[in-house]
Amino acid sequence: MITNFLGIKRLMQGVLFLLAAAAVATAQSKEAEPSAKEPLIEQRLIHISEELRCLVCQNESLASSRAELANDLREEVRLLIRQDKSDAAIKAYLVERYGDFVLYRPEVKPLTWLLWFGPFALLLCGVVGMALYVRQRQAVQKLAKPLSEKERDQVRVLLKNGESP
Amino acid sequence: MKKFLIPLGLFLVLVGFLAVGLTRNPQEIPSPLVGKSAPAFALPTLDRSAPPFGPQDMRGQIWMLNVWATWCVACREEHPLLVAFSKANQLPIVGLSYKEIQSQDMPSGSKMSPEDKLQRARERSAQWLQRYGNPYAATVFDLDGRVGIDYGVYGVPETYVIDQKGVIRYKRVGVITQELLDAQILPLVKKLNAL
Amino acid sequence: MIVEIGHFALILATCVAFLQAVLPLAGTMLDRPRWQALAKPTALLQFALIILAYAVLTHGAVTDDFSIKYIAGHSNSLLPMEYKVSAVWGGHEGSLLLWVLMLSGWTVAVALFSKTLPLAMVARVIGVLGWVSVGFLSFTVITSSPFERLIPAPADGRDLNPLLQDPGLIIHPPMLYMGYVGFSVAFAFAIAALLSGRMDAAWARWSRPWTIVAWMFMTVGIALGSWWAYYELGWGGWWFWDPVENASLLPWLFGTALIHALMVTDKRGGFKAWSILLAIGAFSLSLLGTFLVRSGVLTSVHSFASDPKRGVFILIFLALVVGISLTLFAWRAPKATLGGKMGLVSRESMLLANSVLLVVATAAVLLGTVYPLIVDALNLGKLSVGAPYFNAVFVPLMVPVVFLMVPGGVAHWREARWAELAHAMRWPALAAVLVGLGVLFFSARGTWLTAMGMALATWVVAGLLHQIVNRMQKPGRIPPSFWGMHLAHLGIAVVVVGITLVKGYEVERDVRMGVGDTVQIENYSFELMDVSEVNGPNYKALRGEVRVNKDEKLLEVLYPEKRRYFSSNMPMTEAAIDSGFFRDLYVSLGEPIEGERPQWSVRVYYKPFVSWLWYGSILMVLGGLLAVSDRRYRKSPAAVAA
Repeated sequence: MITNFLGIKRLMQGVLFLLAAAAVATAQSKEAEPSAKEPLIEQRLIHISEELRCLVCQNESLASSRAELANDLREEVRLLIRQDKSDAAIKAYLVERYGDFVLYRPEVKPLTWLLWFGPFALLLCGVVGMALYVRQRQAVQKLAKPLSEKERDQVRVLLKNGESP
Repeated sequence: MKKFLIPLGLFLVLVGFLAVGLTRNPQEIPSPLVGKSAPAFALPTLDRSAPPFGPQDMRGQIWMLNVWATWCVACREEHPLLVAFSKANQLPIVGLSYKEIQSQDMPSGSKMSPEDKLQRARERSAQWLQRYGNPYAATVFDLDGRVGIDYGVYGVPETYVIDQKGVIRYKRVGVITQELLDAQILPLVKKLNAL
Repeated sequence: MIVEIGHFALILATCVAFLQAVLPLAGTMLDRPRWQALAKPTALLQFALIILAYAVLTHGAVTDDFSIKYIAGHSNSLLPMEYKVSAVWGGHEGSLLLWVLMLSGWTVAVALFSKTLPLAMVARVIGVLGWVSVGFLSFTVITSSPFERLIPAPADGRDLNPLLQDPGLIIHPPMLYMGYVGFSVAFAFAIAALLSGRMDAAWARWSRPWTIVAWMFMTVGIALGSWWAYYELGWGGWWFWDPVENASLLPWLFGTALIHALMVTDKRGGFKAWSILLAIGAFSLSLLGTFLVRSGVLTSVHSFASDPKRGVFILIFLALVVGISLTLFAWRAPKATLGGKMGLVSRESMLLANSVLLVVATAAVLLGTVYPLIVDALNLGKLSVGAPYFNAVFVPLMVPVVFLMVPGGVAHWREARWAELAHAMRWPALAAVLVGLGVLFFSARGTWLTAMGMALATWVVAGLLHQIVNRMQKPGRIPPSFWGMHLAHLGIAVVVVGITLVKGYEVERDVRMGVGDTVQIENYSFELMDVSEVNGPNYKALRGEVRVNKDEKLLEVLYPEKRRYFSSNMPMTEAAIDSGFFRDLYVSLGEPIEGERPQWSVRVYYKPFVSWLWYGSILMVLGGLLAVSDRRYRKSPAAVAA
C-alpha cells in the first residue's frame, strides 16, 4: 500500500509495479470470446431454433441438440439469416423440406384449429356449465321447504338411533 | 342422464386413437417433397474428368436417387439388392454420397481443403464400390450435406424415385427391401411408364 | 434357484391378487361378511409375496448375478453399490416390479388404517385395488418378467444408463410411482362409493387424507425429476414439456382438482358426482401415463424401450379399468343428490372454478401431447407439438387458478358478497399492483410478463398473510389444515417467483475458453484455471477447474466434467453448480475446440432464484403434510353410514 510515509521514489516504483502487473494480468486473463463468431446472428439463431425440432433426436430442440444433422441445420439457418430472411421465411424453408414435423410450434391452420382453440373452447363450455350448475343448485334450493314439526321429530329419532346401511 | 355418458364417450375416442397409434411409428417422417420437382444441383462425380452432374441430366427417364456413404452400416445391407436391381436394368440409379468425410477423418487442429476432401471421398467410395459392387449409373458427392438438406435427408440410407419430368414420386427412409421393391417401387415404375 | 423362487412368488402374488379382487367384492354383493373379511389377509399375503420377489431381484443385482437377463441389461460389476440397488428399477421390467410393490404397499396401508371404516367399505376398496393389482401383476408376469434368465450368463452386464447413475435416480422414480399408485386409493374409494350407491360425504372424508398423501408424493416426484434434469442434462433447463413429463403432470393437475373438490363434498355434500369423476380421472391419467411411457407411441427422451406387444396389453388394461369405471359412473352417478345451498359467489363456486380450470389445463396438456398421434392416426401427416404450444396455452389457464387462491380462502361457504370480498382483499390487491408496476418501471429488463408473475405471487402471499393475521385475531384453536392450506399456497407462490425471475433475468454465455480466460456475468467472474483428465470408477473424464470470483473475491472453485463411460461411450456432461438461495451459478464443459491454443467450449449460466422452484415444491409438500396431520382424520366420526 502506498501511503504518505513513502517517498516519491517508492511511489514511482509502486506505480510501475502495478502497471506491469496489470499488463501481465490482462495479457494472461483474456475475456473469453463467444463460441459464436457473429453474436447478432447467433441471437436470432437461438430464437428461431428453439422452436424447431431436431429430426434425429428423441425429443430435443434444434437449439440444444448436438447431433450432426442439427449442426448442419443450424449452419443452414445461419446462412439464411445472413441472407436477411425473416423468421417465417426460414421456417417455411425448413417445412418445405422436412414437413410440419420440424416445427415445435404448430402452424395455426385448419388441421390445428382443434389444438389451438380447443382448450379455450373447452374453458368456455366449462364456464357455461358452471353457470348452469349454479343456477340449478339455486333452483333446487328454492323448492326445498323448511321441515315441518313432525318431520323434525322424525329426524331427531333417526339421528339418535343411527341409520342402518 | 345422457351427460354422464360424456366422459366414457370421450375416453373411448381417445382409446381408439391410441390403438391406431400403436400401429404407427412416431419416428418416421413422411416427405413433403413427394409430388414436387426434385431440387436441382450440380455436384462433382466419381469421374474427375466428367462435368458436374444433376437431376436435369436425367430428364426423360425414370430413375432412382440413393443416398449413401461408406461409413453407413445399413447401406451395406441394402447394397446387394441395389446391385441386383441395376443389373436387371429396370432403371438407372444415381448414388448421392452424403457427407462422406466426417469429423473423425480430420485430425484435430488441422483442416482439410475442399479439394482434399473430394479426393479422399472419391478414393474411398471407389474402393468401396469396387469391393461391394457398383449399381450406380453415376455417383455424385454431397460433401457438406447441403443438397441433402434440400432433399430433406435426415438419415442414411434414403432412396427416391423420380419420374421423367423430374418430379419426386416416392421416398423411402431406411434400407430398401425386396418387399418394398416388389410391392411399391416396381408397380410405381410401371405406372409411370404407362403415362 | 433363488431367482426361480422370486419368479414363483410373483406368480403366486398374482393368484392371491385375484382372490383379493374377487372374494371381498363378491362378499359385499352376496352379503357374506366372512368373504368381506378376507380383504385384509389377502392384501397382506400379496404384499409379503411381492416383497419376497423384490428382495430376490435386489439380491441378484447386488451379487452381480448376470444370469438374470434384466440385471445383465441394466447393471455392471463396476457399478457403485448404491446404483446396483437402484438399477432394480432402472429399466422397464424392474420398474414394474417396483410399481406392483408400491400398489401392494398402499393396499396394505388402507387395510391397516381403516379401523374406523365399515367392513363392507373396506372390502370394496381393497377389492377394487385387487383388480388393479391383478392387471399389473399379470402384465408383469406375462410380458415383462424381470426374472427371465440369460443362459449362458454374460461375463458382465451392459451397465446402467449413465444418465441414471445419479442420486436423483435413486429417489425420483420411487417418489413418482408412490404418487401414481397412490391415486389408485382415491380411485378405489370412488368406485366403492359407486358400487355401494352411497356417494355422500363419507367417501370424501375417508379418501381426503389418502389423496393428499398421493399428491404429496407426486409433487416430490415431479420436482425431483425437474431438479434432476436441471443439474444432469447440462444446459440448465428444468421443464421441457416432454411427453413423459406431461404424463406425470396430468394426474398431478387432476389430483390437485380432486383435493379441492373433495373439500366441498366432505364439508357441504356438494360435487358428489364431480369428485367421483375426478378420482376416476386422476388414476386413469396415471394409467394413461404408464401407457404413453412404455408403449412407444410417442417419442420421448425418457421412454423405456418400446415393445408393441406391451403397448397392446397396457391399452387393453387401461380400456377395461377406465371403461368399466366410467360406465359404472354413467349408471350410478345420476342418483347422487345435489348438495346444499350454493351461491354464485361463494367458496364452493371458487372451488368449482378451480376444478374447471384445472380440468381444462389438463385437457390442454393431454391434447398437445397426443395431437401428433391423432393427426398421424387420421393419416393427415406428421406434426410436432412442443414447448411453444404448451407455454402459450398452459400459462394463461394457470394464472386464474393461482389468482383464485386468495378469494377462495376468504370467501365464506354457501354465500359471499362481492363487496365483502373486495374489501377483504384490498391490501393484497394494492401490494400486487405496486410490485407489478415496480418491476415494469424500475427493472431494466422487466417485461410485462415478469411484472405479472411477480404481481401474482405478491397477491397470493399478501393474501395468505392477511388471512392468517385475521384468523389469529379470532378466538379458537386453529386446525393444522388451515396452516397446511396456506403453506401449500405459499409454496406455489414461491414456485411462481422462481419461474418468473429465472425466465425474466437469466443470463447464458456460450463461450470458447482457454486456460486463463474469463467470463463476466453481473458481478461474478469465471476463470478457467485448468483442464485435466481424471478417472472415475466406471468412466474417464475431462475436468475443468473454474475459479469463481464475486466482486473480485474468491467465492468458489467449480469442477465441471465431461465424462465418457466405458460401457456406453456416451459422453455425459456433469455440470458444476454453485447453488445459492438467490441464484445459481452453472458451468458446463463442452468439447475441445481446434485452434492455435487449446480451447474448450464452455457454457456459463447465471440463474436467479431457480432454487425457489424446488423450495416452493418442498413448501407445498409440507403444506400437504400439515393438512393430513389434522386430528379429524384420525377420529371416528359418529354414526357414520357404511
